[in-house]
Amino acid sequence: MKMPEADQAVLSRRAEIVARLRSIVPGEGVIADPDALKPYETDALTAYRQPPLAVVLPETVEQVSAILAWCHAEGVKVVPRGAGTSLSGGALPLADAVLLGMAKFNRIVDINYYDRLAVVQPGVTNLAVTRAVEDSGFYYAPDPSSQIACSIGGNIAENSGGVHCLKYGLTTNNVLGVQIVMMDGEVVRLGGRSLDPAGLDLLGVVVGSEGLLGVVTEVTVRILPKPQTARALLIGFPSVEQASKCVADVIAGGIIPAGMEMMDKLATQAAEAFVQVGYPLDVEALLIVELDGPQAECDHLCAEVQTIANASGAVSCRTSTSEAERLAFWAGRKAAFPAMGRLAPDFYCMDGTIPRRRMPEVLARMAEMSKSYGLAVANVFHAGDGNLHPLILYDVNQPGQLEQAEAFGSDILRLCVEVGGVLTGEHGVGVEKRDLMPVMFSEADLAHQQRIKCAFDPKLLLNPGKVFPVLHRCAELGRMHIHGGALPFPDLPRF
Amino acid sequence: MNASSLPKPSTSNDVIDAIADAVRADAPLEIRGGGSKATIGAPRNAPILDMSGFDTVIDYDPAELVLTAGAGTPLSGISALVESENQMLAFEPFDHGPLLGQVAGAATIGGVIAAGVAGSRRVSGGGARDHLLGFEGISGRGERFVAGAKVVKNVTGYDLPKLAAGSWGRLFAMTQLTLKVLPRGRESATCIVEGLSPTQAVAAMARAMGSQADVSAAAYLPAALAGGASLTALRVEGFGPSVAARCTMIEVALAEFGAVGRVDAATAGKVWTDLRTLAPLAGTAPLWRIATPPSTAPSLVAALEPFGAQWLFDWAGGLTWLTLDGDPARVRAAAAAASGHAILVRAPEAMRRIVPALHPQANGVAALEARVRRAFDPNGVFETGRFHEVANAN
Repeated sequence: MKMPEADQAVLSRRAEIVARLRSIVPGEGVIADPDALKPYETDALTAYRQPPLAVVLPETVEQVSAILAWCHAEGVKVVPRGAGTSLSGGALPLADAVLLGMAKFNRIVDINYYDRLAVVQPGVTNLAVTRAVEDSGFYYAPDPSSQIACSIGGNIAENSGGVHCLKYGLTTNNVLGVQIVMMDGEVVRLGGRSLDPAGLDLLGVVVGSEGLLGVVTEVTVRILPKPQTARALLIGFPSVEQASKCVADVIAGGIIPAGMEMMDKLATQAAEAFVQVGYPLDVEALLIVELDGPQAECDHLCAEVQTIANASGAVSCRTSTSEAERLAFWAGRKAAFPAMGRLAPDFYCMDGTIPRRRMPEVLARMAEMSKSYGLAVANVFHAGDGNLHPLILYDVNQPGQLEQAEAFGSDILRLCVEVGGVLTGEHGVGVEKRDLMPVMFSEADLAHQQRIKCAFDPKLLLNPGKVFPVLHRCAELGRMHIHGGALPFPDLPRF
Repeated sequence: MNASSLPKPSTSNDVIDAIADAVRADAPLEIRGGGSKATIGAPRNAPILDMSGFDTVIDYDPAELVLTAGAGTPLSGISALVESENQMLAFEPFDHGPLLGQVAGAATIGGVIAAGVAGSRRVSGGGARDHLLGFEGISGRGERFVAGAKVVKNVTGYDLPKLAAGSWGRLFAMTQLTLKVLPRGRESATCIVEGLSPTQAVAAMARAMGSQADVSAAAYLPAALAGGASLTALRVEGFGPSVAARCTMIEVALAEFGAVGRVDAATAGKVWTDLRTLAPLAGTAPLWRIATPPSTAPSLVAALEPFGAQWLFDWAGGLTWLTLDGDPARVRAAAAAASGHAILVRAPEAMRRIVPALHPQANGVAALEARVRRAFDPNGVFETGRFHEVANAN
């Protein structure tokens, strides 16, 4: 993956830039020592590493604004970073860019149960929001698997999802407002505490913009009452086709489960070997269906789902009768990624979404690819919304295997787009899928997205090298080339 | 308004040609679906780009929870179609025709999305923005592009569908939309509490929304509009056993606010229909749609009642519909003081000429918004004056 060429002029000014940053953020808030930069050289996409020019850890909005304004004036690039858990390289540093870490923005500013919202700084972890409100019976719905570590600011950047987003939505559906600092240092508030914005929904574009439009300094999220009960079913099927039919029939039956996860045989066996929670080992596909809500609703729907599962050819079906049992059903699924460590030294996690009806076909073609690449693949899915997480197993110490795994991953994502799906359901484009964007979008499609970047950051200094395969200059993008039109009614009055 | 209509486009290329012509002639164009909301915004006379030819449902697979349709497809047709599969547009979009003195049935799916229309279920199920998954459009550059996708979960590239919802035709002409659809609750029940003050009602609604009863909609009609005692209404929807259990939960949660009753289907139907047609606020007085946090709604209406405001709450107090035959600046100031914003939905032409329909933004946001508009529409083809854009852009 090629990153933008480092600007030698900026590299040669490193001492001056560090001194300037120190004048804005005194004390230990600026890191320039090469050894101390090491922890910042990658995020959770560890195949890519690059130490930044320097790291700055501001503590106030004024400092963020001053840093960005100065970098903007001097033409210095900036890469924002939350907790560094991006799976797509969204926080990958650049050699000639300042890394702006938001970890010190870790306060919960306000909680309002009446309006059911929480105002938090971006460095607060996802789980900490729930922890702050759970004693009052509330929680924050988006629950990415990294929720113990990932920050709300990063969730905004990536529009993070989780296993419950079929019913409760992604980050974007649970955010009311943000304060951001734009690259020129200007501070703006988008959205607020009400449900709809006053003008264009710029908040909606900032969420999921992968740190390219502004640095988030405050977030207002919606909080929800915790459901009274949750129960889960663990259902085994002799084929992926039957499991897929069950998923479709549950939804067609009017049921939106809180979570609906599928694992293939390899993933099921690896997870069971890892945590021993009683997963059936003789099934080709395992489904976890979680239902939440009032007790009466859960009991009713558990019975309905069981009926549908039986009609779809399930060979085993267990319904949780205790919270411990429900958590045990999930323990295997949650351990699926670490469990891969028993099968291979490394794994590469993909994240495409497909129309669910194409699931059996996509899995069959993935199995063919697995054979031709000579790399095994285990599959876990957010089955309810068709979001696939194929885990490609490889060994980075075998020459060429990383490249093979990446090529295999790219082929899987191309296949997702080919069947009507998308490159990423929740992990983001970042560096990882940047060069695949033309598979899904035409040049005109991408240009329309990039011009929004130009409206926020015309010098293209904020997090460059991410999302867009070619970052065109804004002046070039702005030119009009009008085609078509015949002025069929030249006499028509024109104003 | 006697604006001329251009030849009605039926393909993307027709739209591209119409926009290209307008750019060359430096003339504005107004994108229109069914025209049901044409009287929102300033009077203007730009030629109409009539999108009603894009009126076909292109793909609908209920089990995928996804529907793709031409932007000009009538809302009524799409609602009937998804209903026939026991599904719904969960944001409960509605036809503005009746509340603006026009016949029902003209509203199109593109129009309700472009205007960000959402009904009572907005408070629990999300708004138009939350249910537009993707679209195909022609920008003011005369270029066709797609954004978003046709699957329910996607974070690939910028989320332009969010920007499309509520854009009021100022960025691009949508030709095709992909929407998320959801199962309809098999049963519905409405619980009521009578006689609460606005402050008590918002407190009661907050209590209900914060309970585990999974309330889908919550509204309040003050005594002046309810015809007797004030009415606080809470709707639950879902499977039979669940609806029954949740009504009981509401009774428990609201015990301190008084007796919780249940109304029959016809009465419930009228309550929720009134919130779409706004029949209780019918007439010619200027009508405002004010979004605030629920907690400030009582102070908002208290500030405006002395000047003759009539009003009701939806979205558990997060939305106030209000009529006031008086100084519009007073409404905007009260909305801002309540941390909210006010859209002028219905007003005489003379008033709409000088009062912008959309709430003015803070300077920095207004400038950013103008840059984003110009990113899609560099020549201002879609700046018809309807939203006083020229003043904003400067």
